[in-house]
Amino acid sequence: MNLDLSFYNWEVFSAFALKGLYYSIFLTFVATLGGIFFGTLLALMRLSGFKALDWPAAIYVTGMRSVPLVMVILGFYLLIPSSFYATVFGAYGADHSKELSAIITFIAFEATYFSEIMRAGIQSITRGQTYAGQALGMSYGQIMRLVVLPQAFRNMLPVLLTQTIILFQDTSLVYAIGAYDLFKGLETAGKNYGRPIEAYLAAAAIYFVLCYSLSYLVKRLHKKIAIIR
Amino acid sequence: MPSLDWPVFCRDTLSGEQVAGCFASGRDQTYLQWMLQAWGWTVTVSLSGLLVALVLGSVIGVLRTLPDSPWLVRFGNAWVELFRNIPLLVQIFIWYYVVPRMWPAMQSINPTLLVILGLGFFTSARIAEQLRSGIQALPRGQRYAGMALGFTTLQYYRYVLLPMAYRIIMPPLTSESMNIFKNSSVAFAVSIAELTQFYYQVGEETGHQREVYFGVLALYAVSALLVNQVMGFITRRLRVPGMVMAGGAGGH
Repeated sequence: MNLDLSFYNWEVFSAFALKGLYYSIFLTFVATLGGIFFGTLLALMRLSGFKALDWPAAIYVTGMRSVPLVMVILGFYLLIPSSFYATVFGAYGADHSKELSAIITFIAFEATYFSEIMRAGIQSITRGQTYAGQALGMSYGQIMRLVVLPQAFRNMLPVLLTQTIILFQDTSLVYAIGAYDLFKGLETAGKNYGRPIEAYLAAAAIYFVLCYSLSYLVKRLHKKIAIIR
Repeated sequence: MPSLDWPVFCRDTLSGEQVAGCFASGRDQTYLQWMLQAWGWTVTVSLSGLLVALVLGSVIGVLRTLPDSPWLVRFGNAWVELFRNIPLLVQIFIWYYVVPRMWPAMQSINPTLLVILGLGFFTSARIAEQLRSGIQALPRGQRYAGMALGFTTLQYYRYVLLPMAYRIIMPPLTSESMNIFKNSSVAFAVSIAELTQFYYQVGEETGHQREVYFGVLALYAVSALLVNQVMGFITRRLRVPGMVMAGGAGGH
């Protein structure tokens, strides 16, 4: 078959895909930061030793992980009315309810995956570290913030970054509610120019180049920061 | 939030009238029956995809551990990188729209089969990666022992390495099997009549999106639970007495 290579030019890309690419990257970034923040909270709840904290967190994490992300995206979009975004974010929210809904969804969903990573990371720090903190008279908050979490983050950094790459791939699923991301942008360009095949191949190539280079960098980083024990 | 109207599932899909007992007979069908049918498609697509993924993943995983075959190892690595670094949604679109255009022979193939292949190839990369690490986790002596007994490469993989490697990777294989059920939801994008597609179509048709949504969600959760149970059963049956399985709960 013949590909129409004239489809691949900067004008088409910048007019349709660039806005989507920015959104995909922004969504990845916000969901990673928010996911790590709430994921750490969930992990601390699960490791607290109090059933009142442990159980709700465990139910939330298990529940989220046993259903498809597509359904979670659809659920948040269905259950939070778009008027909510109009009220909170004004005219911008009214126009971008899909994109905003996806951001909330991804933070809530990815927090469960990050919480499992963080939990393993915190558990990888030996009890002696906690005891040392206690012996120094530190509070629970101080021990976590100054002793355990910094080491756990370092141990978990490669896994966290790998999860971020998976997260970046998962952002393409906002297609389910029609949010305008990289894939949607390229697909729109393909439809407008009557070149869907070229558009899908471009999407595959762009995602591949980005994800492959990122995972290569993570591999390099992993070798660099590994603690010699 | 308005209260949920569950009897909507007992309506006839054509006349819209309530059917006593929730199961219509003959050519009639209630939404509940339709949803179970959609669940059937989810299960069919997932299990077939899993079969494709297990076969391909095993071959690629083994290729990547072969001694003295650098080109086969490179091929295996390239396979894994290719299918791992493109989002599943994009891969499904490629299988559905691009592959039949590139190879006209594929045009006569059933679209569902294309999605199964897409799901299977995507998952094969992940299974190949797990199997590779499973094989490499075995002590090198196992391979040498097989060689010393005069086994061919095929034989020592078949009788020495793979039986242990598969047991080692049962925990990640379990989560991968659950993943493929969840990932099958992406097939909605090319209108395969599975659960997510059912939600779109029937939610719109009945106007009862919440009820349909929670019904579909429950079936996904049940699927995940069932797969988990089945894989747990297989793991226990395969356990070698006296051997502690990596990552297996209570393996003592």
